[in-house]
Amino acid sequence: MRRLLFALLLSIVAGISFVPAAAAAEEIVVTGSTTVLPVMQKAGEAFMAANPGIALAISGGGSGNGIKALNEGLCHIAMSSRDIKSSEMAQGKANGVNPARTTVAVDALVPVVHPENPVKALSTAQLRDIYAGRIANWKEVGGTAGKIVLISRDTSSGTFETWESMIMNKEKISPSALLQASNGAVVQAVAKNRRAIGYIGFGYLNRSVKKLDVDGIEASPATALAGRWPIARELFLFTNGEPAGAVKKFVTYLLDPQKGQKAVAETGYIPLQK
Amino acid sequence: MSTAGFARKETYIRRILAGIAGCSLFFLALIMLFLFMEGLPVFGRLAPPDFFFGMGWYPTQEPPEFGIFPLIVGSLAVTLVSGVLAIFLGVMTAVWLTEIAPAPVRRVCKPLIELLAALPSVVVGFFGMVVIAPLLQRYLDVDTGLNLFNAGLMLAFMSVPIVCSVAEDALYGVPATLREASLALGATRWETTIRVVVPAAFSGIGTACMLGMSRSIGETMVVLMVAGGAGILPASIFDPVRPMPAAIAAEMAEAPFRGEHYHALFAIGMVLFLFTLLFNTIAQRIAEKNRQSLG
Repeated sequence: MRRLLFALLLSIVAGISFVPAAAAAEEIVVTGSTTVLPVMQKAGEAFMAANPGIALAISGGGSGNGIKALNEGLCHIAMSSRDIKSSEMAQGKANGVNPARTTVAVDALVPVVHPENPVKALSTAQLRDIYAGRIANWKEVGGTAGKIVLISRDTSSGTFETWESMIMNKEKISPSALLQASNGAVVQAVAKNRRAIGYIGFGYLNRSVKKLDVDGIEASPATALAGRWPIARELFLFTNGEPAGAVKKFVTYLLDPQKGQKAVAETGYIPLQK
Repeated sequence: MSTAGFARKETYIRRILAGIAGCSLFFLALIMLFLFMEGLPVFGRLAPPDFFFGMGWYPTQEPPEFGIFPLIVGSLAVTLVSGVLAIFLGVMTAVWLTEIAPAPVRRVCKPLIELLAALPSVVVGFFGMVVIAPLLQRYLDVDTGLNLFNAGLMLAFMSVPIVCSVAEDALYGVPATLREASLALGATRWETTIRVVVPAAFSGIGTACMLGMSRSIGETMVVLMVAGGAGILPASIFDPVRPMPAAIAAEMAEAPFRGEHYHALFAIGMVLFLFTLLFNTIAQRIAEKNRQSLG
């Protein structure tokens, strides 16, 4: 009896203190923008499965924190949804770090409405006024009279962050906006409501909603990659110097149209052209 | 095995059971401690009145705003709407089951109603989102079907089984002698039910209501999916709201670890915990009183 108990206890202890047995030879620490994070997580899993010798430690925390970590030698790859600032570049140089930029994807958002909504195009200024609550009726922007129902992503999502920085220009989104927890939920809410307007990543567009032209430009991967679509930004990775060794292997994997770029598309961003 | 061997075995079993019980209590206590440890730091940077009565919830703005008053009101409003619906439906169903339905019907219906409690909340939420919301928009011409009423209705679906089941037990527990005495005095069946049986089971029904409401206020998936998620004070029953569990569920994954936003979300969790505790305590109190009055 006593022996049995002891064995039981031992196995519990062993279970708790279980650590991955195969200690990886190399670890790549990745941190930074939560916008880039889902791509890295998705691609990272497949990468680790294909390269058992390399372990990835991926965490979020924001673009600024990522670049800061790179400059302080705390990570190998910093994810960023914006370009590096000259002050950050100087800080890196002072620490002997030489931040080098690699573009991995394009993040583009498209405003969507119910397919029966007659409105076809809006300007960025109109979008801002709508989301700030200054334009509250569809007839003010050429639609049929009716209250505009704002659909937005949650304030802590990367999508919201992009929308806020590219459209809102530091203004607050009206508190009466309906906050949805995912791109899919936004599509669902807009598809079911004639008075709704929402915004989603390109990858989530489908026939149940109608995309709007913005500033006279049609939303398409081509206009976004050409830099003409107004609500698009590039997503970057920063490394100390050009990627080398295991880091290079991972970056190459990410840029591969059949591998990493597939993860980019699955996450809802626009893959880079081959 | 000798008698002493059995006695030893008994002691072992007793100790193991005590150990397991201790473990679960210990872990629950740890979770509570963790909740408060992660939630309280927010008050180091934020005055409690600004937190509890602030009107703006802009956790990622520069500078951020952490006012949870619209969230508290949203939670209470949703609970109230679902409470009214669930108590009405649940208690009426319970009365029908005990007082009117023939015994075989009761035997079949009660388990069926209790089975409804097994409906996953995400399914209920999806139903509200895909079926009820468009109906509300079409027939009531509201701006959005994802609103307070829809969320309350869906939560009522989820708490009716609890309310009904507990209330039914209470009504069933009313001694038959009371009913017989009332009928013997010339009261009709309706009068007996409404003036004698229901008052006699009142505390049990009270417990049922409180348990139903405590279920509603803590329910997350449904409010995340159908309440709309707008952090405003609702002016009508068809306005969208953002109840507390929805805010936590939607934002926790993206809040920077140990940042102000993270602590604020835990503080919301604290508030929610206190509300549920309050409802459960009231339910327990009512149940206890009931036991004493019968004894």
